[in-house]
Amino acid sequence: MEVTVTLTVNGIERTITTDSERPLIDVIREDLQLTGTKEGCGEGRCGACSVLMDGQRVLSCVTAIVQADGKSIRTIESLAQGNTLHQVQEAFLAEGAMQCGYCTTGMIMTAVGLLEANPRPTDEEIIAAMRGNICRCNGYTKILNAIRRAVGRPQEVSAI
Amino acid sequence: MSTHNQVLETVEDYQGTDATSCVSTGGFEGFKVEISRRGFVRMLGAGLLITVTEGVSLAQRRGGGSQQPSTVVARLFINEDGTFTCLSGKVEEGQGARTELSQAAAEELRVPFDRVRLVMADTNVVPDDGITAGSRTTPYNVPPMRQAAATARELLERLAARQWQVDPDGLEVRDGKVTNAATGQTLTYAQLAKTEGVDEMFRQRVDGGIALTSVDDWKVMGQPISKPTHRDIVLGRHRYPSDIVRPNMLHGKLLRPVSYGATLESIDLSPAQAMKDVVVVRDGQFVGCAAPMVFQARKALEAIAETATWKTVPHPSSREISTYLKEHARTDRARPNARGSTETAFGGAAKTLSETYELAYIQHTPMEPRAGVAEWTDGKLTVWTGTDGPYRVRGDLARAFGLRDDQVQVIVPDMGGGFGGKHTGEAAEEAARLAKAAGRPVHVRWTRAEESTWAYFRPAAVIECKGALDSNGSLIAWDFTNINAGGAAIDTPYNIPNTRILSVSSDSPLRQGAYRCLAATGNNFARESFMDELAAAAGADPLEFRLAHLQNERIRAVLVEVAKRFDWPARKKKVTPELGVGLACGTEKNSVVAACVEVAIDRRSGEIKVLEVGEVFECGPVINPANLTNQVQGCIIMGLGGALREEMVFADGKILNASFSRYLVPRFDDVPKIDVYLLENNDIPSAGGGETPIIAIAPAIGNAVFAATGVRVRSMPMRARQLRSALA
Repeated sequence: MEVTVTLTVNGIERTITTDSERPLIDVIREDLQLTGTKEGCGEGRCGACSVLMDGQRVLSCVTAIVQADGKSIRTIESLAQGNTLHQVQEAFLAEGAMQCGYCTTGMIMTAVGLLEANPRPTDEEIIAAMRGNICRCNGYTKILNAIRRAVGRPQEVSAI
Repeated sequence: MSTHNQVLETVEDYQGTDATSCVSTGGFEGFKVEISRRGFVRMLGAGLLITVTEGVSLAQRRGGGSQQPSTVVARLFINEDGTFTCLSGKVEEGQGARTELSQAAAEELRVPFDRVRLVMADTNVVPDDGITAGSRTTPYNVPPMRQAAATARELLERLAARQWQVDPDGLEVRDGKVTNAATGQTLTYAQLAKTEGVDEMFRQRVDGGIALTSVDDWKVMGQPISKPTHRDIVLGRHRYPSDIVRPNMLHGKLLRPVSYGATLESIDLSPAQAMKDVVVVRDGQFVGCAAPMVFQARKALEAIAETATWKTVPHPSSREISTYLKEHARTDRARPNARGSTETAFGGAAKTLSETYELAYIQHTPMEPRAGVAEWTDGKLTVWTGTDGPYRVRGDLARAFGLRDDQVQVIVPDMGGGFGGKHTGEAAEEAARLAKAAGRPVHVRWTRAEESTWAYFRPAAVIECKGALDSNGSLIAWDFTNINAGGAAIDTPYNIPNTRILSVSSDSPLRQGAYRCLAATGNNFARESFMDELAAAAGADPLEFRLAHLQNERIRAVLVEVAKRFDWPARKKKVTPELGVGLACGTEKNSVVAACVEVAIDRRSGEIKVLEVGEVFECGPVINPANLTNQVQGCIIMGLGGALREEMVFADGKILNASFSRYLVPRFDDVPKIDVYLLENNDIPSAGGGETPIIAIAPAIGNAVFAATGVRVRSMPMRARQLRSALA
């Protein structure tokens, strides 16, 4: 069934007429050509598709477009201001916390969602928030360090 | 039933042909390479114009992973601003090939890292360096890159010497500048790039015997340099194969059989044909839909899939896989590697042990499933796809569509993981078939379920071990047979007078192929677990027992080092029924590894939680310590998955856990405390480091479980239910 939804994506209001069941990720990637949001599983179990919806991290591959009606969506493309990276992006670079990088944007968006809700998370809180994000290059150690760095905490395992 | 027994670990050479016109997106945003029919290379996007002829096409005519291009320009050329463009047929999938090959070139050119740009894996532009597999980039592709770069440096020195009319021997190159120490004169690479004769110079042959910079003098190699794409990655700008968009492009979905070996008997295409904007294609068993949106293509396919009728065939289940593999073992074809007489030794032994280990099929599950975009122009085919073998896929596509190799171009943008799982090009071929029928470019992105069902798997195995001890507790005989998984690292590194070692193929019910370290993981798991069993039978400490039988100095060094760092003797004394420590070591692909682990056991549930891993790894001179640390950490955590949870569950020709909700890969909360130590060894050439660090983790865990519980779980994965029932 076709519906018309209005949503704000990275600060720009968009009106989209499309099938009501279509996942948010398809609209982001195909209609808006924001390909920084990745699909890894299509069932909300890997976190690669993480975006922020009204400040909450959601899994865009299992979010139907109708659920985003009237909401404000932020994707990875919204984080940097000109040449200035977001602190979480900077921290991922500083720690070298990526290998293939396919999970990275979802990791960063999940971490940003966490830090906006909880600016000083403990390791346990970081791990609980990040548990839904899979990295198959298995760079979890450096990703954890990157998030510690982003909140100004020392990294237990030093980056080489 | 069809047999899929293709262990894809060999590295073939492929013949290339002349370059023709192309546009590559390469691995860089805003970075394009164009080659005209005359072989004229232009760098676009970087504001550079290069005038090189012949080189690339000459290199491609020579082709072949083992046959290196003969001219410098086929491997690298100088741009007008004094930077360099280097060419490699290798692919980047997170393992760090792009970084280390760029470091190699920069080192020998005597320029900072950022003055080198590497174009990878575009069959119209780069030489055929063979498939990216087997940890081969470091030992087999870094040296030729260095030779070409060193030759280029000498050529530029000679060019400067000619201008100054001096002997080149008195000149020095540093930081992209040639200096005549006697006169103080300098010429930058940018100045030399504009000099008459530079093109001619770069068409000279690479000097294969040229002196390379010694490890002690490395300035760019050996440094923890970040990947050149890292900024694009955190910005979400890097374009993976699944992000490629072409004008007028459709998205495609393919009909998959209901089970392995099933054949399509009938299908009604009309529900999809009635849908707006949908292209429906059927060619025998090949059925697919393409539409402007992924969602439309999926709905169209679902509509016709409902109407399909299938003829299915029987297929064994994962429950019975060990029996099946043993029954279908081709022992008649196998030739054991034997030394001494195991028969005599077993006959006269004080103690003999005999045990069987099992290995499940597992899947690579790279974060980016297979993806391919195909575009037909004037009968020629261009594909962008995630594959380890761009030239192999080019050949496959040429054969599939009756084209010459030079009518197919394969481009591999830096892709989202592989781990040995992307040696093939299925999505590209599917996209090409749909695109041909639709008359428009088509993008096929596999779903997770497709990747976990229709790609290939790391082989399952049955491994039979037999060992004998004399009255002194020395190991005197060793009999080791691997059924189905292959012969990688099957030979024991221990000194045993009588050995019989055998790799036997079988009739694999699942399509199987390469995986990170492939059979070495299973072989090392069985060997290092069984060594532990023998140590226990001899009443010896596992570390002492190994060292007593080990002469390989490199393995000894990592084993002794890891035991020291882990404080093995003291930690061993603290073992309780709920807390165990274990160790293991091994060698493969000219590198050596040893690991110590601590595990916690939940004796009621049988759950094994790995608390700590110490691993020492040595692979010769380290080209990039940051990348290597990533790779070793990645191997350790990936190894936890295969050790504890990952296994394909299948029945009636269907994979029952083709999803991340049912196929349990390691997550954040599985990560133990990790201590990675890279042992220095600059006395040998650098070996690859992305695979071998995985082989010690599973046996070390199994040995730790045994230390705590006295129970030996002889399978990968070591399932909680197995341990629970053994402890009950």
